[in-house]
Amino acid sequence: MDLLSRQGLRTDGRRSGELRRIRCKMGVFNQPDGSAYLEQGNTKVVAAIYGPHEIRTNRAKAPNDSAVINCQYSMATFSRSERKRRPRDNKSAELTLHLKQAMATAIKTDLYPKSQIDIFVQVLQSDGGNYSVCVNAATLALIDAGIAMEEFVISCTSSLANGETPLVDISHLEETMGGPSLTVAILPISGKIAMLETSQRIHINHLEPVLTEAVRGCRYIYENLNKIIKKHYEEIGGALNWGTEEYNI
Amino acid sequence: MNISISLASKKTRHAVLKPSSNPPIIFTPGEKIRDQTGFMRGHGTYVSAGSLKATVAGVEQNINKLVTVSPLRCRYNGEIGDVVIARVTELVHKRWKVDINARLDAVLLLTSIQLPGGELRRRGMEDEQSMRSYLSEGDLISAEVHSVFADGSLSLHMRSLKYGKLGQGVLVKVQSNLIKRSKNHFHNLSAGVSVILGNNGYIWIEPTNDNKDPVGFEVDLQQVVDIGDRQTISRVRNVVLALSYYKMLIYDTSIQYALEESNKYTVSDLLTAEACYDIANLTRHRLQAMGE
Repeated sequence: MDLLSRQGLRTDGRRSGELRRIRCKMGVFNQPDGSAYLEQGNTKVVAAIYGPHEIRTNRAKAPNDSAVINCQYSMATFSRSERKRRPRDNKSAELTLHLKQAMATAIKTDLYPKSQIDIFVQVLQSDGGNYSVCVNAATLALIDAGIAMEEFVISCTSSLANGETPLVDISHLEETMGGPSLTVAILPISGKIAMLETSQRIHINHLEPVLTEAVRGCRYIYENLNKIIKKHYEEIGGALNWGTEEYNI
Repeated sequence: MNISISLASKKTRHAVLKPSSNPPIIFTPGEKIRDQTGFMRGHGTYVSAGSLKATVAGVEQNINKLVTVSPLRCRYNGEIGDVVIARVTELVHKRWKVDINARLDAVLLLTSIQLPGGELRRRGMEDEQSMRSYLSEGDLISAEVHSVFADGSLSLHMRSLKYGKLGQGVLVKVQSNLIKRSKNHFHNLSAGVSVILGNNGYIWIEPTNDNKDPVGFEVDLQQVVDIGDRQTISRVRNVVLALSYYKMLIYDTSIQYALEESNKYTVSDLLTAEACYDIANLTRHRLQAMGE
């Protein structure tokens, strides 16, 4: 089976440069300070933010002039076709570190000295690009929590079909069957790269087209999420008087 | 037993929310607000590549040359004089650390509480050693913000008969910016319960009690609150949660109106999405009719 048919269609009917459908909802939970639910195709993720709050663990090690970021990435046991035994394993510990690294580049931690920010993400349904969707969901949840960030952190994946055509936003099938897959997290306005990872060796000649395609995917996701956030704020903002002090009903 | 299951789509909020015909411009993190010439950088903004950018999602506000962006939702930022409900988390040297839903825990100094024996009482070693007998970990108190430290943490005081340790009642946590600032945050509702609306988003609901201990460190947890009062407390709790779900400001009038509208439901029915929607909607209409 080819990842890209002769007509230029992928296994799920997309063209090589097309992304999956994005749907999201902000403020889905009441208990955390910020939360978001994000779907990219069949990959579904929830994120919750607690904080900034007083540091509860490891207070001695905490820096005095910036916030501690605490992340947890987990996958629901029912998220894949084969049931997982535990929601967190070695693989998720690695992704937790990557997530922390990517989010820490954007959060203005110096504004929250002696505080802690907890980021919890959970994959509810896994269909490729789990890490990327988690980064995007965490960004939305951080914005919902009103935590200061330099800009969004947006992530996207890309792969190579038939050794020549870059595929953007790959699904689980393309992840397992295809060639090298590349995950990139960027700050879309300045174009800085927050995280870059490939699953295997990738030929130097292929790196540039694959990376360019992934970054283009990030930009597309950014524009979409930005629109969704603005729409959400327009809906709930009026009732809260746009966060201003002059309360008048 | 009735089991009610409703679709997520039935729980949407927009219908009750105040319709905004022409919403202001909303900035999201990283978006350029304006070029940095002749403007001061306020909260929620930063300077990068010569222009002023937002760090949070929200609406721009200008005070003369100062530009700020305030998020719709964030942790409680205390101001002097605010009434807060706090929970004791820790006892340290001569002070209590209390959780007030802010970025950092607040402190309550031993010297800023009123001890039995009047104003002129000296606080000695014994008082310091018996701090735990006044307030221990997990106790809830009502207090006032006394001062704000440089790092943003707050210092509280309880030097008034209004404030004290809280006994039997229910704590409801809502977003802190839903509490409307007003002169009085202690209300006796006509239904026979009292509410304390903490500016930090913590709301305390208790049965009205006229003969309270004036010093306020003795609470009677043995006394049985009668079933009527307990039901009213639950009703107030559910009504407050309904208002908060629909992002409506919480103050005496809105609670009173919502309580009146809730009378057609039983207390447990108030937890259903339909009832919450109905109450929030009717309350909104009554408040709007009042305002016009």
